[in-house]
Amino acid sequence: MFVKQISVFLENKPGKLYQVTEVLKEHNIDISAISVADTTEFGIVRMIVDKPELAVEAIKAAKFPVSTTDVLAVEVSDTPGGLNTALKVLHDANISIEYLYSFIKRNGDKALILFRVEDPTKAVEILKAEGIKLYTNEEINSL
Amino acid sequence: MHWNKTRECMDRYELRSYQLAKLKETVERVYHNVPSYRQKMQEKGVIPEDINSLDDLKRLPFTTKQDLRDNYPYNMFAAPLEEIIRIHASSGTTGKPTVVGYTRRDIANWAELMARCITMAGGRRDSVVQIAYGYGLFTGGLGFHYGAEKIGAVVVPTSGGNTRRQVMLMRDLGTEILACTPSYALCIIETLEEMDIKPEELKLKAGIFGAEPWSEKMRGELEEKLKIKALDIYGLSEVIGPGVACECMEQQGLHIFEDFFIPEIIDPVTEEPLPEGEKGELVITTIDKEGLPVIRYRTRDITSISYEPCPCGRTHARIHKLLGRTDDMLIIRGVNVFPSQIESALMAVGEAEPHYLIIVDRVNNLDTLEVWVEVSEQLFADEIRKLEEVKKKIETEIYTTLGINVKVKLVEPHTIERSEGKAKRVIDKRKM
Repeated sequence: MFVKQISVFLENKPGKLYQVTEVLKEHNIDISAISVADTTEFGIVRMIVDKPELAVEAIKAAKFPVSTTDVLAVEVSDTPGGLNTALKVLHDANISIEYLYSFIKRNGDKALILFRVEDPTKAVEILKAEGIKLYTNEEINSL
Repeated sequence: MHWNKTRECMDRYELRSYQLAKLKETVERVYHNVPSYRQKMQEKGVIPEDINSLDDLKRLPFTTKQDLRDNYPYNMFAAPLEEIIRIHASSGTTGKPTVVGYTRRDIANWAELMARCITMAGGRRDSVVQIAYGYGLFTGGLGFHYGAEKIGAVVVPTSGGNTRRQVMLMRDLGTEILACTPSYALCIIETLEEMDIKPEELKLKAGIFGAEPWSEKMRGELEEKLKIKALDIYGLSEVIGPGVACECMEQQGLHIFEDFFIPEIIDPVTEEPLPEGEKGELVITTIDKEGLPVIRYRTRDITSISYEPCPCGRTHARIHKLLGRTDDMLIIRGVNVFPSQIESALMAVGEAEPHYLIIVDRVNNLDTLEVWVEVSEQLFADEIRKLEEVKKKIETEIYTTLGINVKVKLVEPHTIERSEGKAKRVIDKRKM
């Protein structure tokens, strides 16, 4: 019940992110979520794409360090308190969050949020038990 | 395996009397043929007749690279040009290169020395030896070439560069011994990975790496990734080129061929000889050279010497794997730092690639040291926190070994320029 996320190491220099998106464009890869974490010297760009294996291969060939991570794609209602509901479940189960960011795509009136948590397996179990919907890569691609 | 057992395993007592006889000949030769040597000896009040024991060596004046520059190009030659058959030159980084000349006998002796080195690495008549040192004025390529030919090995003179072709030939021809700089060997490893060639597909058995100092940690990396024995070779063009000293399979120091060279270790500041085992500057006197003999040549290389017998049977002294050069030595806030020490610290952390660059600067009258480290696949983590941890780990390791604070900067792979010859590890921006 995980979504494969691609992370790329970039030096904090002008044009670096562009070089990565250029590679994706050349391979006709669609980005459905993206976030950039930055420090003064380097950054990590994290993405959900429609063809993760191809993306990893292409980015690697362009000589950027790249890795894949399992993250959770959580559906929340796009109304006040929507995100809070999902966070409460994790909070009550004492699962800490490393980072999160949101999807560009929506599913009707639902918003999609990506979670990277400490204990993903346990998080999946608990969210599902609370009736919260989790997406797979295929489901995201078909939106 | 020995190339010349009689000479390489000579009884030390006999060796010393042989050295004395050859030293006397050399001093005689330079005194009469090289005006600058005669003048220096006269200034010290020494004449060739004063040299009656090996101990008298320390009465002789030192020779420096500056002497060779001052006498550029031919004035230090001890043989007339009609006897000189070859010129080589050092990779002079500043101003004019240092020019060295060889007689026919010198070239033959050089081949003998290199034959000994290649034999140490297991080279035989049927071994395929790939020479990826530059051919030309640089002594690396041709020195190895003569030695390998003398053995009768299958010589593949690829010289440096065109790494993909280099690797293809290595696989197709079944190269057993690779000779190149250690930094170029790393470049070859990267290319093997890029071309998806496993070391098991190669016949490589040994690598003879030299022309720059490299650490034990780097040895581990080269041996593991190429599945070889990695041996260190030492030499310098002013003395003859590669083949002055080389590691045997014991890998416990480099045998310096004492039937051709007399080594001394001195304190580079006081210029006093140091006892066996102490670290200092290596000084070499050539005792079997015609074209350009050198008397007490200041190599600027830092090492120590051991006369302990070696299990390989060779009686010639061993110098410790080179620790750096007095010129490369950085003085950071009063602490002596060699790039090789930074390298060892990086490799100790484990995740770091051996590609690094040291940037020295002075900010507000304080020396700063920045180390650029490439982020490898293994090192890269999805979380900033983990990357910061790696950074911190390297900084701590350097602080523990060197006692200085450095700033580690993580850079993308291939940011640091790859070298096909000697690697440039340090950029010193300080203006003094």
